[in-house]
Amino acid sequence: MSTPNKTVKSSGRPGRALAILALILVGLSATALLQGATSVRLGLDLRGGTSVTLQPRASNDANKVTSEAIDQAVSIIRQRVNSLGVAESEVTAQGSGTNRQIVISVPGDSGRRVVDLVGQTAELRFRQVLATAIGTAGTGTDAATPVAGVAADINAKFAALDCTNVANLQGTGADAPSETIVACDRTGASKFILAPAEVLGTQVSKAAAGIDTQAGNVWTVSLTFNGDGTKAFAALTNRVTSLASPQNQVAIVLDGLVVSAPSINEAIPSGNAQITGNFSQVEAQDLANVLKYGALPLAFDRGEVQQVSPTLGSDQLEAGLLAGALGMLLVFIFSVIYYRVLGFVTVASLLVAAGMLYLTFLVLGEAIGFTLTLAGIAGAIVAIGVTADSFIVYFERIRDEAREGRSLRSAVESGWVRARHTIIVADMISILAAVLLYFFAVGSVRGFAFTLGLTTLIDLLVVFIFTKPLMTLLAKIEFFSSGHPLSGLSAKSVGTKSPMTRAAATENVEG
Amino acid sequence: MAQLSGLGNRLYSGETSFNIIGNRKRWYSISAVFVLISIGALAIQGLHLGIEFKGGSSYTVNKAGISVEEARAAVEETGIAGELIVQKIGDSKIRIQTGTLTSAESTAVENALVAKFSVAIEDIDTQIVGPSWGKEITKKALYGLIAFLLAVMLFLAMTFEPKMAIAAIVAVVHDVLITVGIYAVVGFDVTPATVIGFLTILGYSLYDTVIVFDKVRENTKSIAASGKSTYSDAANLAVNQTIVRSANTSIIALLPVGSILFVGAGLLGAGTLKDLSLALFIGLAVGTYSSIFIAPPFLAALREKEPAMIALAKRVAARGGAAPVAGEVRAVRPSTGRGPRNQPKRKGRK
Repeated sequence: MSTPNKTVKSSGRPGRALAILALILVGLSATALLQGATSVRLGLDLRGGTSVTLQPRASNDANKVTSEAIDQAVSIIRQRVNSLGVAESEVTAQGSGTNRQIVISVPGDSGRRVVDLVGQTAELRFRQVLATAIGTAGTGTDAATPVAGVAADINAKFAALDCTNVANLQGTGADAPSETIVACDRTGASKFILAPAEVLGTQVSKAAAGIDTQAGNVWTVSLTFNGDGTKAFAALTNRVTSLASPQNQVAIVLDGLVVSAPSINEAIPSGNAQITGNFSQVEAQDLANVLKYGALPLAFDRGEVQQVSPTLGSDQLEAGLLAGALGMLLVFIFSVIYYRVLGFVTVASLLVAAGMLYLTFLVLGEAIGFTLTLAGIAGAIVAIGVTADSFIVYFERIRDEAREGRSLRSAVESGWVRARHTIIVADMISILAAVLLYFFAVGSVRGFAFTLGLTTLIDLLVVFIFTKPLMTLLAKIEFFSSGHPLSGLSAKSVGTKSPMTRAAATENVEG
Repeated sequence: MAQLSGLGNRLYSGETSFNIIGNRKRWYSISAVFVLISIGALAIQGLHLGIEFKGGSSYTVNKAGISVEEARAAVEETGIAGELIVQKIGDSKIRIQTGTLTSAESTAVENALVAKFSVAIEDIDTQIVGPSWGKEITKKALYGLIAFLLAVMLFLAMTFEPKMAIAAIVAVVHDVLITVGIYAVVGFDVTPATVIGFLTILGYSLYDTVIVFDKVRENTKSIAASGKSTYSDAANLAVNQTIVRSANTSIIALLPVGSILFVGAGLLGAGTLKDLSLALFIGLAVGTYSSIFIAPPFLAALREKEPAMIALAKRVAARGGAAPVAGEVRAVRPSTGRGPRNQPKRKGRK
């Protein structure tokens, strides 16, 4: 039971609470204005675009998944994506420590190119060709006699390798530079035994796409090596140029696949090389970009790729907003039917909460790059229920107190003291759920958790600085305190034997 | 509605009372049946997992007047192996789902659709999920679930009582089992959005339970001192007093979820909104049930085993057991159950 003392104290400051609310709303609006935020930033699923989630591949060799490696990969991928020149594309790591995914979001319809671009590890190696054969399985043994200096198991692997199987054309990037390897070419037409790498992608200082007019206007990528690279490439070309075919070929290997394997006719000491490989213009430009920004320190699995057309995006946005409006309307109708005029307190509180949420979205969009996704909208709609629940808990408490014979003014205060506890505990659980969902989940789940948590916080705030002070003020109005049949607090709906006015009178006498 | 208010009032005063705690065996049996069916369905049929969990690709073409057969033929011509599901969504959309494809195969499927239906490639909504991705998100969801249950248990044990925490968690596990079971029985698709729904149910179910437990705590605070009623009686009154509140909060929570379901399923046909709201809708209904019929009886059963509560029950029985819970109001509807007033007698006989 609350003491009368408490009652008096907490009812004395509704004006102050409402002033704080006004201050918060004005503050949020002013911040949004200063930031120049005019609309909520929408996620790709609402305006169309591509998002790619990359999962670091756990491997036990040199490419260990470390936090630094992920950070480095993020910055390299960011450079690659930026090279496309699409505005507002984003590259972020989600999760914590080494257990992170890299999420790339690109608005608009250049998604397919992004997908190909970002996933490449782009490990470039120059290796001498030791043997070659057409790409089907079983061709190695009879077509090429075991090559001198190549281990028997490599020869066996070479014979068994089937480059017509698409599984062998995935470009895993898992070739160890110091080993002799077998590899397919990109088209699957031929396969190779390749010597340990002598020049690495890290020794490339520049890469550019261009047209080779001499070779019939084909797109090529020209490379410039750094000092070490120049020396190593000169030594390699010098050594193989006198050898017989196919050992005078140098294979250019990207992510474990041979892009091209030109025959070397003379030593190349200039530090320049050119890759030709039937590239289209886009392919050549993308490859040059990839090589320019360097290889990723990790191999990645493509976790999820999602491409949403602008049409579907706007459909989903429309549906989300419609669902929100409909849900809100239904809650309004229910509140007003059940709680009569008191229901309008719910309506007003929900509108205040919605306004505050909208302003928060605006501010957060600029401040932390918050984007509203479909799952986020769903989270906000679900939170309408949680928010309205708080009001019901409070109203029912007021009725409970009235049933025990209190006046409305007193019931509003003592009911609050009790409802407050329930509301805080219940909202804490909702927030706990949201925070844990946010930290444990990936992708769309995070958007949902974020808005759910945010709206629950706003709910707490609104109940404390709007609904409760409003009730205190309303309790002073004759319409409610007399228990008018439409007030939602009439003797009939509350069920007190005596009208509340009488109870109030009794209490006044006592006081 | 007005009648509901009146009922709320009678329930509050104890004039009308549903014997919920006393009939706990009945609710346990009902739930046990559902839980067993759920476990059975999960074991035999399993869940119908979306491509997000098993890996694969999905392509949605949006163009009026295209048929499932045409789409299937176009995709089959590309010669991709494995599972192929072609569905019509809404009026003008066709969705094609395949197993795991290589980039080349994926491009081939898209090109085939572009050629067949003369749509722009940008207008095909594509989702490609790697085979190991599902394991990753399942693992994360499970970690999240375990962390959530532990955190909530700790939180409730601190704010309420440890036994309330146990009862609340039992109710939550009950809700999730039955909801997942319904998915297994009906064969609804389980997607990450569904999982979000499942996880949110946890929060909701607890919200309802917290409201009831808060009242139980209030009603049972001084029962040992007054010696007028047993823990079960006091808890039963609390449940009755909060029934209208629980009904209202559940209806209010279901209204927005229902409108997402309506709009998501009706206008969009499939996707995040539908999957999420369906899981929530089912879960909310189950959660409301458990917050009234499972959590409080379970809590009462736990508390009644305490020596102090056994002693209290004996004392109440010795007083004649006819201790009215709220005032001297006679039961208006004795037919609605034995009423709280009869409970102590039964307990006393045991």
